[in-house]
Amino acid sequence: MSATGFAPQRSTPARTRVSAALFRRPWLRGGLLLSGPLAWFVLIYLAALVVLFVSSLWSVDSFTGNLVHSWTLKNFETLVKVDTYRTIALRTIGIAAAVTVTDAILALPFAFFAVRIAPKRLQGALFVAVLIPLWSSYLVRVYVWRLILAKDGVLNWAIGQLGLGSLNIGYSNWAMWIVFSYIWLPFMILPIWSAIERVPDSYIEASADLGARGWRTFRSVLFPLILPGIAAGSIFTFSLTLGDYITPTLVGGAGSDFIGNVVYQNVGVASNVPFAAAFATVPLIVMGVYLLIARRLGAFEAL
Amino acid sequence: MRLAKIDWALGALLLAMMVGASACGSSSSSSSSASNLPSKIGKTEGQLNLVAWEGYAESKWVKPYEAKTGCKVHAKYAGSSDEMVTLMRQGGGSQYDMVSASGDASLRLIRGGEVQPMNVDLVPEWKNFVPQLQSPPHNTVDGKHYGISLQWGPNTLLYNTKSVSPAPTSWSAIYGPQYKGEVSVPANPIQIADAALYLSKTKPSLGISDPYELTEDQLDAAADLLKQQRPLIKKYWALASDEIELFKNGDAVIGAAWPYQYSQLKKANEPVEQIIPKEGATGWADTWMLSAHAKDPNCAYEWVNWVSSPKVQAEQATTYGETPVNTKACGEMEKIEKGSCEVYHANAPASYFDSIKFWRTPVAECGNGQSDCMDYSKWQQKWTEITG
Repeated sequence: MSATGFAPQRSTPARTRVSAALFRRPWLRGGLLLSGPLAWFVLIYLAALVVLFVSSLWSVDSFTGNLVHSWTLKNFETLVKVDTYRTIALRTIGIAAAVTVTDAILALPFAFFAVRIAPKRLQGALFVAVLIPLWSSYLVRVYVWRLILAKDGVLNWAIGQLGLGSLNIGYSNWAMWIVFSYIWLPFMILPIWSAIERVPDSYIEASADLGARGWRTFRSVLFPLILPGIAAGSIFTFSLTLGDYITPTLVGGAGSDFIGNVVYQNVGVASNVPFAAAFATVPLIVMGVYLLIARRLGAFEAL
Repeated sequence: MRLAKIDWALGALLLAMMVGASACGSSSSSSSSASNLPSKIGKTEGQLNLVAWEGYAESKWVKPYEAKTGCKVHAKYAGSSDEMVTLMRQGGGSQYDMVSASGDASLRLIRGGEVQPMNVDLVPEWKNFVPQLQSPPHNTVDGKHYGISLQWGPNTLLYNTKSVSPAPTSWSAIYGPQYKGEVSVPANPIQIADAALYLSKTKPSLGISDPYELTEDQLDAAADLLKQQRPLIKKYWALASDEIELFKNGDAVIGAAWPYQYSQLKKANEPVEQIIPKEGATGWADTWMLSAHAKDPNCAYEWVNWVSSPKVQAEQATTYGETPVNTKACGEMEKIEKGSCEVYHANAPASYFDSIKFWRTPVAECGNGQSDCMDYSKWQQKWTEITG
């Protein structure tokens, strides 16, 4: 009889039985495979967010500095009522938007040149050039800009040599705009780069065949096709600027605080974690809205 | 790498939550065991855990201490008074034995029950301290010594002698428009006291008698002055090195500083001078405080004895540009660096000391028995409104 060959034998090792069980139940296999990352995601990401939301509804006893675990909307009330926090939120969002636009304007021609015009060897060199700054420390790059933009710094020296007087933009919102635009530029270039790469040459030739000149081809063919890439890059530049607090500390002047600085001060300096949590929800909401818009523009397909 | 920044912020927040929660749990046990002060220093425990200002545990004087007492020093450097308070509160407070708290943190630690009284009789050098810092109000409450004073210094008016002329004599130089965009002051809520001190002299009608005891109106007046000052500010400095760089690069020519910045800039041959303006100045005084749950009290007593000795006092003073509390340190300072005793005011008369209003944590209780003064959290809020 051949049936005995299929019956599980007493001597089958446990490993074989487990793998057989997993083979027969694909859902179990998938579940086990995902459980690690899933637990990580739920515990580290979602739990942190929940804690953030919950704690923003608490308050701090001003006398003892201890947390008071009773629900209150006082923190959000302060956020809305006190002008300073609105100014800071608007400054943060405004500079994040300015940096995003600047990076898009800088990255577009660069990526276009690198992908469509530059010869292969130069293309590789440009790619490395874009990535190299990312290998050095963020802090080093910010500090270097501090030296460049200082009153007796490299920039003013160069302008002075040209006989154009001097600029006084060190430690200001202008300085932050320049430094942020520099630091996050690679994150804008790379998605646009790959978006331009994906546009087939034939489209552009077809456009030319139909009588469109360069500008018309760019506006009607190329730009709509790389818009998702720009949107994808803008997610990086916008969110990275929105969440930063180191650059404002280092190159910002008087009145350059970001949301992150206020959060940092409230956690580390004033020990008012609930208020920090309340303020930290603002960029979360802004980013949520931004991501919804970006998805509409097809950014997620371009990532 | 940078993408994770927001997540880092969230992670830090979560961590801070845990810290906050644990601080909450331990707050009920405010153990001020005043009655059972040790009468002698017992056998050392073999280690000592410190929360200190950066460089307060320099190997120059830590190594000999370790060799002498057998106590291995583990120092955790903190960047701000508030970080020190947070560190001392976390984990039930038994993680660290001592903290080098400044006057704006010490009262918070005492009130929170994070530190315990010490027996000054076990620190023979204590008798040689400047009389004003033997039992100063920022570390001595109801006659109990919550720590041993260490070093002190004024917050001076620092200026570039080339760009600032005539030489200033008043704090008005940083509140008036003449050096617009070239002023730098500390990024610290306690800076409100500087404005209050200036107002106490220039606007007596406000009735400010102590820059750390401000009513709501007085705090508002100080905040208004600082809001007017904001357009004049190049940068609020967070680290002493920030201000040094601002002066070196010509971005700032005048500002509030510590003697440390002055001595560093002098060493770099920058044309700077510092003064204590006619309105007087605020200042800081640091104290080694003993944790309420210290595990190594004997090593801690040995440590304060060691850092109170004239030689170590002098070493620390010359390294950081501070003034030693031990009056005997002057001779040792001269041995290390000629003229340093004079530069760091170690031999200054009592009138110099009295011209300085030392940092204290603002609390609701005013000196006059009223409790309508603005506490530190209000100061912090105001400060955000001023600088934000």
